[in-house]
Amino acid sequence: MVVHSQTQKLTQLRRGVMELYISDHPLDCLTCSANGDCELQDMAGAVGLRDVRYGYDGAHHLDSAKDESNPYFAFDPAKCIVCSRCVRACDEVQGTFALTVDGRGFASHIAASQDNGFLKSECVSCGACVQACPTSALMEKKVTEVGTPDRAVVTTCAYCGVGCTFRAEMRGEQLVRMVPWKDGKANRGHSCVKGRFAWGYAHHRDRILSPMVRASVDEPWHEVSWDVAIAHVASEFRRIQAQYGTRSIGGITSSRCTNEETFLVQKLIRQGFGNNNVDTCARVCHSPTGYGLKTTFGTSAGTQDFDSVMQSDVIMVIGANPTDGHPVFASRMKQRLRQGARLIVVDPRRTDLVKSPHVAADHHLPLKPGTNVAILTAMAHVVVTEGLANEAFIRERCDWDEYQDWAAFVSAPSRSPEAIEPLTGVPAGDVRAAARLYATGGNGAIYYGLGVTEHSQGSSTVMAIANLAMATGNIGREGVGVNPLRGQNNVQGACDMGSFPHEFSGYRHVSDKETRALFEDAWGVTLDAEPGLRIPNMLDAATDGVFKGIFIQGEDILQSDPNTHHVAAGLAAMECVVVQDLFLNETANYAHVFLPGSTFLEKDGTFTNAERRIQRVRKVMEPENGAGGRGYADWEVVQLVANAMGLGWTYTHPSQIMDEIARLTPSFARVSYDALEAHGSIQWPATDAAPVGTPTMHIDGFVRGKGKFVVTDYVPTDEKTGPRFPLLLTTGRILSQYNVGAQTRRTDNVAWHPEDVLEIHPSDAENRGIKDGDWVSLKSRAGETTLRATITERVAPGVVYTTFHHPATQANVITTDYSDWATNCPEYKVTAVQVGLSNGPSDWQEDYAEQARMSRRVIHVEAAE
Amino acid sequence: MMSNDDRLIYMLNQIARNFAAGGPEAAARSTADHIACFWDPRMRTRITELHAARPDDFGAVAQSALDMLARDATMGA
Repeated sequence: MVVHSQTQKLTQLRRGVMELYISDHPLDCLTCSANGDCELQDMAGAVGLRDVRYGYDGAHHLDSAKDESNPYFAFDPAKCIVCSRCVRACDEVQGTFALTVDGRGFASHIAASQDNGFLKSECVSCGACVQACPTSALMEKKVTEVGTPDRAVVTTCAYCGVGCTFRAEMRGEQLVRMVPWKDGKANRGHSCVKGRFAWGYAHHRDRILSPMVRASVDEPWHEVSWDVAIAHVASEFRRIQAQYGTRSIGGITSSRCTNEETFLVQKLIRQGFGNNNVDTCARVCHSPTGYGLKTTFGTSAGTQDFDSVMQSDVIMVIGANPTDGHPVFASRMKQRLRQGARLIVVDPRRTDLVKSPHVAADHHLPLKPGTNVAILTAMAHVVVTEGLANEAFIRERCDWDEYQDWAAFVSAPSRSPEAIEPLTGVPAGDVRAAARLYATGGNGAIYYGLGVTEHSQGSSTVMAIANLAMATGNIGREGVGVNPLRGQNNVQGACDMGSFPHEFSGYRHVSDKETRALFEDAWGVTLDAEPGLRIPNMLDAATDGVFKGIFIQGEDILQSDPNTHHVAAGLAAMECVVVQDLFLNETANYAHVFLPGSTFLEKDGTFTNAERRIQRVRKVMEPENGAGGRGYADWEVVQLVANAMGLGWTYTHPSQIMDEIARLTPSFARVSYDALEAHGSIQWPATDAAPVGTPTMHIDGFVRGKGKFVVTDYVPTDEKTGPRFPLLLTTGRILSQYNVGAQTRRTDNVAWHPEDVLEIHPSDAENRGIKDGDWVSLKSRAGETTLRATITERVAPGVVYTTFHHPATQANVITTDYSDWATNCPEYKVTAVQVGLSNGPSDWQEDYAEQARMSRRVIHVEAAE
Repeated sequence: MMSNDDRLIYMLNQIARNFAAGGPEAAARSTADHIACFWDPRMRTRITELHAARPDDFGAVAQSALDMLARDATMGA
């Protein structure tokens, strides 16, 4: 058969269709925001449309009201041709099903959630519909305001660990829009509200553009030149070390900065400070992943790429809420679920994945917070005692003796689902059914988040997950694996780069002589063979009076770390706190030097996402932090500090830093900017054996050799409910906000989440006389705050939940000093609390607001000629 | 909230409890190795001082882990 796509008849038909479209379309092409970027306009030209025989006087939609409720894009029904591409994008790509074609025939129109308007509807503002729209019916407001872009640079998003790549579309030096890059292997052309739209913080008026110093934190800030600020940092650090010893200072690398910047900060500390007092915010999120996966598999990273999920038959999500935390990957996962993959959700909350349009979990195990190890061991009990273990895999790939010890341990009747039901609150039958499904349902993949790691037994839970995957043979091929959903854009990279106090880049312990010799040779100094202080240890040492100075790059420990009072006391006890950030964050209230940071749009470098994928960050505009002179990317500022301390660094481009990383780190051996340019992205390990990277790990053998089964005994947390604090608080985040909110709070994303609220079950609320929207106090043995309550059955009775995006709430005033036994990762997810009606802000909130106001005073100086 | 010294003791006992399933000797060895691997020198010194001053606050596994660390240090020197 021969198909003709161009015939006389077809031409007539196409022109006829276009005539009908245009008869109900405004003829304002020259003033339309899509002028030059409109498929309808192009098609009118292509079919040779010259007039419209029907005239323009008939019924039409040209007077339809525009929906401008979404802060980032507008919907103009007058420009809409009801092609339903937006509906398909919402259904098939995003998986939210917020849009529909409402009405019939000529009355057909696009409606967001039964004509609720975009903002009030279920729309999650991912932008997929805007991208799909052929006309200007759905259009970014920024394009309407600025005009069409004239150039584009591909770069990587600086929000979550999914690592979406975008075309940053520019007009001159002005960013017009971020469009998800179709060739991006992490996001495959999709995006979420944060990466797509929430980049306005880069030019927010709160951004600090000049270096500042002050002698004491009671004083206002004084703007100074870069030279003065850098010299002050170097002399203060040297003074403190001379007075209090080599180990009296340290630093924190940023999971938001590039690999190159992170590498330089830890190099500054190891080479320049002469100690290993370096840590990173992974301490408070995925450090248990590092410990657990290193112990069991031999390396600290997820085993798959994101594409792998499309081969999964059973997906188990533990302690993760990807539709909020990792939305673009969640959309991929939901695509697979709609194709028929089965779903197990282990989470105290009824997250969106448990039930949302066209997705429903086969099993939801709503366990009591803090009982992860008990429930995973019970699943292992079912696998072993019901003969579902994959013994062929285990004999070939794992240590058989260790397996037998482990199998005997989990088989004990005291570890059966029935025995632990009173602890976890999950019906034993559900646990058994979930375990059977995971073990026998085909390719089983586990995805987990901070609901696993941020516990007293975070590391044990990670190892329990690894045990389960090995016991069922669900490791080492596509569609299976153990996948930590990493929080921040470069938290994987920060860990890889040697940000932990006990290891160099590539996860090699500082006591290892050969590795140390490699670095000593490259850096020309003797390196400390002893592990350094982790963040909480630094704060303890500070309140003990022996840790006196800290360099903090892009991290807000006062807001993000637990037990705010203790963090504040630690910072207050130091003599020199240096904060390098975009904004005067909460930590900066206790800082003596502020070094203005640069955004991801203002620098070159690389980020590494949750799939170990190294991707380029490309500079699209000059750093704004010049204050009248030259601005600097963050890596350049670290180099200035290093050189002021006499280290003699001579990097002129981040590619040279990556070359040094590759020379010193076996798993990065074949990574270079040229290789990234050639291949788009590379998943480490990239070695001579796998020069273009490794999408799936542990294929023929584990990195450590034999997979190691580790006995994970359930040790209940000491954070217990009782008469004073009868409820369990667990914390998390929400789609529109990111981490401490420093970026997203400074964008229009506040339209969706202007404040942190407390989720509480109707029965707990009724017992306390709490109605929806009431101000309530939230009190633990660590502290007290107030916020508004929202009554929902998403949380079980006895459990309350809040987010930590807003400093006015400071959820971490409540969280305690308990932490993971192996890594000191804080136990954010379990705090015993009491909730009661309140009149308004707590004393602490009022004092803090006043202190923050005083601390942020700035004395401006005119720029010197 | 705990004092820094109390927290240090708590951390050691917590590590020991998580290794306990392996039996007392293996648990002590794992605990000692863990401390050597992840605690900075000042924390290790301080825990030894606290052990001398407040032995009753330490569990059996934690105690023998500290003994092992002391032996390792002597042998290393």
